[in-house]
Amino acid sequence: MQNKYDNEMNLEILSKSNNEAFARVTVAAFVSSLDPTIEEMADIKTAVSEAVTNCIIHGYEGREGIIKINCKISGRKLIVEITDTGKGIENVDIAREPLYTTKAELERSGMGFTIMENFMDELKVESIVGLGTKVTMTKNIKEN
Amino acid sequence: MNVDYDEKDKLLTFEITEEIDHHWSDKMRRQVDNEIERYIPKTVVFDFNKVSFMDSAGIGMLIGRYKAVKMLGGNLEIRNVKSSIRKILEMSGIPKIIKIS
Repeated sequence: MQNKYDNEMNLEILSKSNNEAFARVTVAAFVSSLDPTIEEMADIKTAVSEAVTNCIIHGYEGREGIIKINCKISGRKLIVEITDTGKGIENVDIAREPLYTTKAELERSGMGFTIMENFMDELKVESIVGLGTKVTMTKNIKEN
Repeated sequence: MNVDYDEKDKLLTFEITEEIDHHWSDKMRRQVDNEIERYIPKTVVFDFNKVSFMDSAGIGMLIGRYKAVKMLGGNLEIRNVKSSIRKILEMSGIPKIIKIS
């Protein structure tokens, strides 16, 4: 069967904070074939960093777990799915509100989802309490 | 991160050389707070000349340091911000409370 995407990549990492940089740099390297601008690249790296950090801090709450990152390219569109099997989010709508955080004591700003939403073109958050969370983000890379 | 203290002007400068994410911001917070408590500076400067990446962990860290510096009667400034980082700073409203030059 032919893959309906032009390219695809899967990455599995442990929920360690030093993997945040590895994840965002890897996704940026994957999308570099579309020749994104510096700003588009910065947007993607920032959004990936937010999603992976959420898995570590909120999904697994510092415990060890696996974070799955699936990236696909279709035409000039990048699709990034970031999944954890951590504790899940009770109310996604509230979690997505700007400045909402359950970890103020860690000086978390509550801006993670807002940044993902603003820096990417689409953001979908699916979560089941006890099973985990999947964040899907897409970004159209402009023709230069 | 490089730290410089100018006694005459009570100016404490942090030249940040790392990417500011969740991983690094915890260490940075501890080091910055130690230096601030040690010198009680009048002005604290974060030099962003070498910062090529910052996510929302940086926003939390900056707001926290702003509060700490202010509580001790000082001012916080951010200098030499690259355009790719200006976007996240502006989105978070940081320029409204912290001077960016």
